[in-house]
Amino acid sequence: MDLSLILAAGVASGTVLLFAALGEIFAERAGVLNLGVEGMMLIGAVAGFSVAASTGNPWVGLIVAMLAGGLLSLVHAVVTIHLRADQVISGLALTFLGTGLARVLGDGLSSAGPVATIPRVTIPVLVELPLLGPILFRDQSVLTYVGLVLVPLAWYWIDRTRPGLHLRAVGERPAAADAQGVNVIRLRYGYVLIGGLLAGLAGATITLAISPGWFGDQTVGGRGWIAVGLVIFAQWSPIRMAIGAYLFGAIFRFILDIQGVPTIIGIANPFLAGRSATFFLEMLPYLFVIIVVVLGSREALRRRVGAPAALGIPYVRGERGA
Amino acid sequence: MTIRLEPREDVARWLSPVLTVVAIVVALAIGAVVLALVGGDPVRAYLHIFDAAFGDLGVLSDTLVKATPLILTGLACALAFRMRLWNIGAEGQFLLGAWGASAIVLLPILPAGTPAIVTIPAMMLAGAVAGALWGIVPGVLKARLGVNEIITTLMLNYVALAWVQFWVFGPWSEGGFQQTAPFPREAWLPRLSDFAGQFPVLAGLTTHLGLVFALIAAAIMSVVISRTRWGYEIRLIGDNARAARYAGIDTARYIIVIFAISGALAGLAGMSEVSGVVHRLQDRISPGYGFTAIIIAYLARFGPWQVVVASVLFGALILAGREIQPSGVPAMIQGIVLFCLIVADVLVRYRVRIQRSVAATA
Repeated sequence: MDLSLILAAGVASGTVLLFAALGEIFAERAGVLNLGVEGMMLIGAVAGFSVAASTGNPWVGLIVAMLAGGLLSLVHAVVTIHLRADQVISGLALTFLGTGLARVLGDGLSSAGPVATIPRVTIPVLVELPLLGPILFRDQSVLTYVGLVLVPLAWYWIDRTRPGLHLRAVGERPAAADAQGVNVIRLRYGYVLIGGLLAGLAGATITLAISPGWFGDQTVGGRGWIAVGLVIFAQWSPIRMAIGAYLFGAIFRFILDIQGVPTIIGIANPFLAGRSATFFLEMLPYLFVIIVVVLGSREALRRRVGAPAALGIPYVRGERGA
Repeated sequence: MTIRLEPREDVARWLSPVLTVVAIVVALAIGAVVLALVGGDPVRAYLHIFDAAFGDLGVLSDTLVKATPLILTGLACALAFRMRLWNIGAEGQFLLGAWGASAIVLLPILPAGTPAIVTIPAMMLAGAVAGALWGIVPGVLKARLGVNEIITTLMLNYVALAWVQFWVFGPWSEGGFQQTAPFPREAWLPRLSDFAGQFPVLAGLTTHLGLVFALIAAAIMSVVISRTRWGYEIRLIGDNARAARYAGIDTARYIIVIFAISGALAGLAGMSEVSGVVHRLQDRISPGYGFTAIIIAYLARFGPWQVVVASVLFGALILAGREIQPSGVPAMIQGIVLFCLIVADVLVRYRVRIQRSVAATA
């Protein structure tokens, strides 16, 4: 097997996590924890797939998927920002709602047959780059390139621009930001919505690019939660998050690929598809999430960096401690 | 025009229960609208749920069978949530409990032919211990390293599912099917129908001894939480962790212990399900009891007896929901119920004031 092909596939599957985790970074940086990523991704996945199946146009599917994810995120925004409800419980409710709604909408879709997917292209010139060229730029889905471009843009936006400064202020010291004339409520709504749009995009990336098809809840299969874990590991930095997302993408690919190899260096492969030992492979990504979250938490303790200070706390003007 | 939320000075005692009922009614109404929008028939669906859950003694008994694992996992969540520990891992702890109880019979840990009086307690112990171990892991990580318990408990759910699947597809598979061989009678919890000889009215009723375990667990928890020093300290930590630390309470120890007990309760639910209902371990042994438990705990406002009532309602939804198409309807309604409860909670704590703009009132 060609290693660059495996890594390239890892980058493609990591793009799903990348979109979802980037959206969560934006929401959390603004001080709103949204645990509904899994639900928003499922809604995006089913909306994108069914619209692409009925219109024959994957781009329309993609846009509808983003809108669907965004719409769902607004429910969370209203409940947590305006009504000041607990962000944890509201996020869980969003995942239940999204999962159930996706299953209702996806009823009968699993037999929908092949749909038009987002095209794959090779970037001329860049593909000639040594090492990285064939991994990142050969025959990748257009969405993979969108992800590659989005990460540095997000980093620049958050760390180097004035709106990004406002975003960080709203998540760290909302009262101070408010005093400076920043509209805390409006910004929080905006970034929660961006999180929803990106989660919807992540869901549609699965059904319209990486592994087309609708397989019920299994379509997303916990990747929304992995994205939430990645954000903690990445300490809310888009660059670290992207590295983690591609790493996890590679792990997911490895798990799929190794099941197709009859022998490994001359030894019969115990993880061949259909053998019960493959279930240990399936545990790997989830165990890795626990490991990276533990590592991330320890490093955060040591370096005294942590979650945005106002994460999880509703903002009320004039209230002490806000 | 602006909408303002003002904290209520004193909350009337009737307000919270009344709003809870209103929230459920509103949720069912929203669910009906969504169902109608996607082309379903909400009236028929709801009538069907009621009829298939409470219609006669037989289905009522089936509802209680569904409620049993929900009560135990609901108590597991309610206990953890009371201390503001987000144990989202009851599903995984349930699965490990089911596996641990099965191991007694299938590994086998006890020799074949061991009488029920020994087998059943051994299975209960194994289920509770397996669930507790699955709960202790995130508990220790949270207490010692400050690792977010939501992520760890959730991830462990997926690991637990793969673990159970390994055993039912692999070493314990019966004839290549995704299930183990049936347990011997000694490993079955007694059912009401077992006594049909003396009381013919009980014929066919599937309610099993697990329900009694669940009610005993609720009773113990109710007493411990409201009447003991232990319960007092748990409530104190839940209400104000910082104050509890200043008062000299070892919160880290409480976190680990509560996670262990919470896991043990969910594990016992798994034991009761394999021993009282399916009599074997199989893939898909839970239709998401551990997740529904989260909503139940919240609906019950963490009160043990309220958990019992809420579990019967959700047991009905799960039981009747199996036959409703599309299959996601019960899950969707659960999500809507939870949202409506959250909003009801806001209305209990705050008074909503709608104001015209300042200029207009001046």
